[in-house]
Amino acid sequence: MVSERDIEHIAELADIGIIKEELDEFTVQFNRILDYFDILDTVLGDCGYEQDRYNVLREDVVSPSLPQEDALKNAGETEEGFFKAPRVM
Amino acid sequence: MARSRIFFSPDDRVNAFLTTCPEPEYGTGSLEGLAIAIKDNISTKGIRTTAGSRILEGYVPPYDAHVVSLLLAEGAAIVGKTNMDEFGMGTTTENSGYGPTLNPLDTGRVPGGSSGGSAAAVASGMVRMALGSDTGGSIRCPAAFCGIVGLKPTYGRVSRYGLIAYANSLEQIGPMARTVGETSRLMQVIAGHDPRDSTSIEQPYCHTPDKNIQGRRIGVPEEFFGAGVDPAVAAKVWEAIELLEKKGAEIVTCRMPGMAYALAAYYVTCTSEASSNLARFDGIRYGPAVDTKKSWHEAFQERRGMSFGKEVRRRIMLGTFALSSGYYGKYYAKAQSARQQVKLDFLRLYKEVDVLAGPTMPTIAFRLGEKADPLSMYLSDILTVPANLAGVPAISVPCGTVEGMPVGLQVMGRPFEDEVVIDTAYAYEQAVV
Amino acid sequence: MRMENMSAGSIAGSRSEQSQGHISQAAGSPPLHEADETIIGLEVHCQLDTVTKLFCACSTDYRSDGPNTHTCPVCLGLPGALPKTNKKAVEFALRVAKALNCEVLPESVFSRKNYFYPDLDKAFQISQYDKPLAVGGYLVIEGEDGEKRVRITRVHMEEDPGRLVHKGGVDRARYSLVDYNRAGIPLIEIVTEPDMRSPKEARRFLNKLRTTLEYLSVFDSEKEGSLRVDANISLQPEGWFDHEKKSFKGRNRVEVKNISSYKGVEKALTFEVTRQRNVIRKGQPIEQATRHFVETQGITTASRSKEEEQDYRYFPEPDLCPLRVSSWVERIDLPELPDARRTRFIGQYGCSPNHARTLTGDLKLADFYEKVAAKADPVLSATWVADTLIGELNYRDMGIGSVSPSHLIELVNLVKSKTLTDKNAIEVLRVILDGILGNQPAGTPSQVVARLDLGAADSGTGPAAISEVIKEHPQAVADYESGKKEAFMFLVGQVMKKTKGKADPAELNAMLRKALDGRDK
Repeated sequence: MVSERDIEHIAELADIGIIKEELDEFTVQFNRILDYFDILDTVLGDCGYEQDRYNVLREDVVSPSLPQEDALKNAGETEEGFFKAPRVM
Repeated sequence: MARSRIFFSPDDRVNAFLTTCPEPEYGTGSLEGLAIAIKDNISTKGIRTTAGSRILEGYVPPYDAHVVSLLLAEGAAIVGKTNMDEFGMGTTTENSGYGPTLNPLDTGRVPGGSSGGSAAAVASGMVRMALGSDTGGSIRCPAAFCGIVGLKPTYGRVSRYGLIAYANSLEQIGPMARTVGETSRLMQVIAGHDPRDSTSIEQPYCHTPDKNIQGRRIGVPEEFFGAGVDPAVAAKVWEAIELLEKKGAEIVTCRMPGMAYALAAYYVTCTSEASSNLARFDGIRYGPAVDTKKSWHEAFQERRGMSFGKEVRRRIMLGTFALSSGYYGKYYAKAQSARQQVKLDFLRLYKEVDVLAGPTMPTIAFRLGEKADPLSMYLSDILTVPANLAGVPAISVPCGTVEGMPVGLQVMGRPFEDEVVIDTAYAYEQAVV
Repeated sequence: MRMENMSAGSIAGSRSEQSQGHISQAAGSPPLHEADETIIGLEVHCQLDTVTKLFCACSTDYRSDGPNTHTCPVCLGLPGALPKTNKKAVEFALRVAKALNCEVLPESVFSRKNYFYPDLDKAFQISQYDKPLAVGGYLVIEGEDGEKRVRITRVHMEEDPGRLVHKGGVDRARYSLVDYNRAGIPLIEIVTEPDMRSPKEARRFLNKLRTTLEYLSVFDSEKEGSLRVDANISLQPEGWFDHEKKSFKGRNRVEVKNISSYKGVEKALTFEVTRQRNVIRKGQPIEQATRHFVETQGITTASRSKEEEQDYRYFPEPDLCPLRVSSWVERIDLPELPDARRTRFIGQYGCSPNHARTLTGDLKLADFYEKVAAKADPVLSATWVADTLIGELNYRDMGIGSVSPSHLIELVNLVKSKTLTDKNAIEVLRVILDGILGNQPAGTPSQVVARLDLGAADSGTGPAAISEVIKEHPQAVADYESGKKEAFMFLVGQVMKKTKGKADPAELNAMLRKALDGRDK
């Protein structure tokens, strides 16, 4: 069972905005889904999903980078070739 | 080199397209001049790509997805980007940030999802072929609901480079078309190794569909005809399977105990991977800008709260929770073990049979707005997610109608035997032609 | 690390556990004692010197180029881009693991470390978590009491994040500017056990590590920002760490981040030791905290007022396949490492242990010395390179790369053949170095000697000068004969002046004394 406070904490961890009006509905739905997930407790063993591929590697050879304008093209705000971001407090 | 053009101005009453290219150029090759629609989570250089989300509004990729390069190299004309559930999260295309797509066969119903736009574009005749992506049924479900063919390839046969990631270990780009033959033709172009995708396998697809089904052993798992499946749908699918038997296939009933936790394993895995994949959408390098006057976390939370839809936010939170400290063992780790059990179920069955068959979806297409509760929406994926968990190829081919709406026959095959899956579907299609 | 076993119940459980830790730490915390030990562990991040980044083919040579000119969809974190691992980076990392005597795990996995920060464009860093590349090694350093082994807990690979720039300084800027050129550069992270017992040992460890990495040709220490260190430091009662006295849980550890130089490590940790001592003296508990080193002021500052344990939600990177490279290790031929080279220098060239240590402490210096020793007297060369040359270079802020070994070879040979006195040889060296610095080459040593007339005097010069001096300074001679020692020094000085440093001082000394003592009074 997760509480509304837990939901708020998860939302903070995920940097997702949740508004107060949604919180109640979210919490109820979340718990129903988590209850459904309980079936996983019946799975025996700890084997994990087996991968049969490994050592997929590439040679240390340069490929051209994007030109600066292309790298910055979709950015919200730029300054002198840098991306502009809000300050971390 | 002189470039040719086609002209594309469809009467899109079902909101299949988010972006159309009215005069696309095309070159020479096996798809020369053919109009192809691309699901909007596949990157197209110079063409707006949104993944059905407002958080990518205005994003124009500076590069093409690998499959797009392959299509262009074979002369295809890319006519537009199709609507989808936001980031692939949904079964109806109602979760699009740009409004739902309607089912061309009944505009009061959903086309299925998340590749609803691609399916609707093909079903309504606007294009003959389209690309979709399938994470938990997102190609097969809309194919079934719209009455077309859709193939989810074996994991690794089609490059994911350029596919906006939802759940990396589960998803594949795949072909959607009106016929099995055209589906196969499109698969031939897009399949094959891509050195930029570390999960990409070296196995090109070069196959002409073969309708001879003599001696093919078709397994029918009991769980695929369980309680949640609409009896009319079940009956239609059995008819199709019996027809294949008449044509020479051998039908074997069997069991897949892993089905009990397949859906839970799927939703834990995909939400976990998604919570990480979608964390990069911060408005700094792409998407609507964030307010640089606010503090980092404030600006970030605001942008993501505003621009991600409810379902996306729900899944991100589920995934964040499943990976969080104290819960990883209970959820994510267990889900991977469950997944392995499902895969072992398949491999065990494939010792006795060549393919598995059953309905693609438990019902016909829902009415718009019908599936309001998230969990009941998730439950409708029960028949499609096993193939993604195990990475095996799976196709949906139309097999009749119920209440005037199409029903899909799903055929699943051994890993890397996409050709056998295509052949089995082809055998059915040709038997009813 | 994952708090897996701490609480299976509500999320809030983990936080209350932590505050309980504080309470029990303050209670029963012993006062500061002279014999208290400083316990230090390090986490060192080094950039691997590959041509391309870890997961994409962008060039790593970004330092002289504009921002965001070495990026691509992969390292920019564009939606849809996929990583692909650089084989050379893996090879380099294996070399390091082998040189540090680690055990390479049979299967190694890249994991996502998820957190939000503007310089992290995917909002996760591809790193390694529960299956790193290698574990359990050691590096031998000079400890306080002789050689000691610093144990290596693990070695793993990860990608560097981008770089934040703040106009007007970190405190005043109203927003951040981000450059992703550095995003994706391959890093190797080396984590030590808390085996170091002083800031000086920590610096020695870093120096040894740096030298070793250079010898392996996997690291370029001259590249700015190529090495970053986080340190963990605590003060514990003597013997506590090795024996874990039951009654006391141990004082809290402090993590110091953002150290990017070898000297910085010693400064930061020395400051921390003092700071922590003062806190303990006041009877206050040490808060488990992260502190930030401010290089310009030589201090550490509190980084976060409340230590919130970061939940990185690690899981295996689904876009990459695991590595199985333990079998590659035996195929790796390690080059001669610093300790072996030092032993060889002592044996092969007859260097003193101190000279050998200095010369092998830097790869370029060691190579330089061997070129000189091949063509000039090795022992003399050792003195000239390790003592004189290094000093003159440091004084001028020049690197060993700016000098040619041929200059030293010629110089040492001139000194050896007594064509040049030590004093004048130093003069010649200075002229040559100044010439290099001012971009006006002074020529070869022989040319400089000829031009400035610094060559050794012939055998007659000394006696002639001595006779003259004795004649010219009768008072000083008389003073000497009456026992005044300073008079001798004066006379020697005069002789040196007359011979313009061209005669060997020791010989002049002896000759002067003989001349004075042998005089008829």
